[in-house]
Amino acid sequence: MDNLRRRKAVNLAAMTLASLCAAVGLVLLFIILWDVLAQGLSSLKPRLFTQDPAPPHIPDAGGLKSAFLGQGLLTLVASLIGVPLGVLGGTFLAEYGRHLRVCRLISTLSDMAVSIPSIVIGTFAYAILVLPMRRFNGWAGAVALAIIILPIIVRTTEEMMAMVPWTLREAAFALGAPYHKVITGIVWRASMSGIFTGILLAIARVAGETAPLLFTSFNSNFFQLDMSRAVPSLTVSIYQYAASPYESWVGLAWAAAFVVTVLVLLLNIAGRIIIKFKKKN
Amino acid sequence: MIAGRTKNQAFKYITGVASASVLLIVLAMLVTLIIESLPALRHFGLVKFLTTADWNNSTETFGALRPLFGTFLSTLLALIVAVPVAIGMAIFLTELCPNKLRTAIGTALELLAAIPSIIYGMWGLFVLAPFLETYFQPLVANSLGNLPIIGSFFQARMAGGVNLFTASMILSVMIIPFISSIAREAMAQVPPMLKESSYGLGATRWETLSHVVIPYTKMALAGGIILAMGRALGETMAVTYVIGNRHAGLESIFSPYTTITSVMANEFNEAAGLQLSSLFSLALILFLANFLALSVAKRLLGGKK
Repeated sequence: MDNLRRRKAVNLAAMTLASLCAAVGLVLLFIILWDVLAQGLSSLKPRLFTQDPAPPHIPDAGGLKSAFLGQGLLTLVASLIGVPLGVLGGTFLAEYGRHLRVCRLISTLSDMAVSIPSIVIGTFAYAILVLPMRRFNGWAGAVALAIIILPIIVRTTEEMMAMVPWTLREAAFALGAPYHKVITGIVWRASMSGIFTGILLAIARVAGETAPLLFTSFNSNFFQLDMSRAVPSLTVSIYQYAASPYESWVGLAWAAAFVVTVLVLLLNIAGRIIIKFKKKN
Repeated sequence: MIAGRTKNQAFKYITGVASASVLLIVLAMLVTLIIESLPALRHFGLVKFLTTADWNNSTETFGALRPLFGTFLSTLLALIVAVPVAIGMAIFLTELCPNKLRTAIGTALELLAAIPSIIYGMWGLFVLAPFLETYFQPLVANSLGNLPIIGSFFQARMAGGVNLFTASMILSVMIIPFISSIAREAMAQVPPMLKESSYGLGATRWETLSHVVIPYTKMALAGGIILAMGRALGETMAVTYVIGNRHAGLESIFSPYTTITSVMANEFNEAAGLQLSSLFSLALILFLANFLALSVAKRLLGGKK
């Protein structure tokens, strides 16, 4: 009986420890979220979106308008490159190339490419675009972000299309539709919500990226949307402002961090809702 | 009919080229990194580059030893803290947590994993670093710091809370949700029959966990931990904020130090010549280490499915 009591005590101790771990982890993560929300909201002012950077000693001036626009432009260009390439690439892996060995290799490689450190991708963009052009430029930043997006979208597209039942395709073939029509008219349509979610999540992933921009598109304090030169960036601004000794700049960094966090979370939640909605129907 | 066939062929080629782009980009990345690192590797020699501690701009000597050691040590410390917490969390979620709360917490964890690393970095700099400096460092310095021989490794010498230990803690906070969601998924896949037979023999919950669930999921757990390690190795912004980026010997875990990613983030945009090439060599090392970790993790994770 003593043995049983000991075993029960061990069990209780282990379970308490597990619960404690969960509590500590969750509390910590919520503290982070809370700090970002509280600090961000208290420094969030309309001028963040309407003004350009000002010297730190001028009270109540300065914002990150052009940084928002610049980050938006970089993300947009990256999406314009990465999304079509990714969707088409994923389509080949799931359809024409589904039995090819090289396609299994590409699929595995994409899985791994998702986890390449983003700063390494930045160094690649630097080598192929910044070094030849001899200056920081927006194209390099956008290409770096596109390379991050690409494998994510390739993999989600492939998975979503592979989930479409094969009988659906056969029904279309039986009506005499050529393969490309079956893909665009049937398979894409059936897997649209999944692919769209993948795109949203991929964009959410790069919207807050900093490391690959540090030495590609860099940053600019001016309203400047010429992609062949350094483009203002929100995340790089956050990095520089947060590390500055000026209180007003640190406040701006918190406010911008708040906006980025909310944006990324909203994109993620939107993706989840789309998937849930699809499952219900 | 013929128009349809050529259109189909065209579509096939377009999608084929698009999927080949992934392969081409990864290969191009590898080749570019090798070409750009060659000047430094030729100048210093691979072995000497890996074993030189100096990173000095004025004498043009660059060695990877300190950044490598910093990356290794911060990742190791982060895993030591994160793995037990994350697995404890997964146990709580699969075994103890009420069903309704489970999905809510699971979703929250996944959302937290999506927050950009720069946000974690900022939080680390403004909240965690001062907190650790005022409360945790004195505690460790007054206990472990008094040990003979290794004691000085736990003494705080520099103010600011910006040091290797803080960087490891931020890393562990970032990988906890990641490891726990992989662990949770793996544990949820243990056949109920196995667990029930164990309960039927009179085993307690903990005995079932330690003798049935964990042995059954050990491959997936190891895979998840290695995936998390790969993440921690390449994490840049969060580490760069709080590591201090100091090219000097590491006297204590509370000293500012340097990692592969923090050197790159700090120096890449102003580097040229040999320094730039050395930075590219660091990027190449990181790229290869990450690929190695991922292929091991994939094998472990794939083995179970």
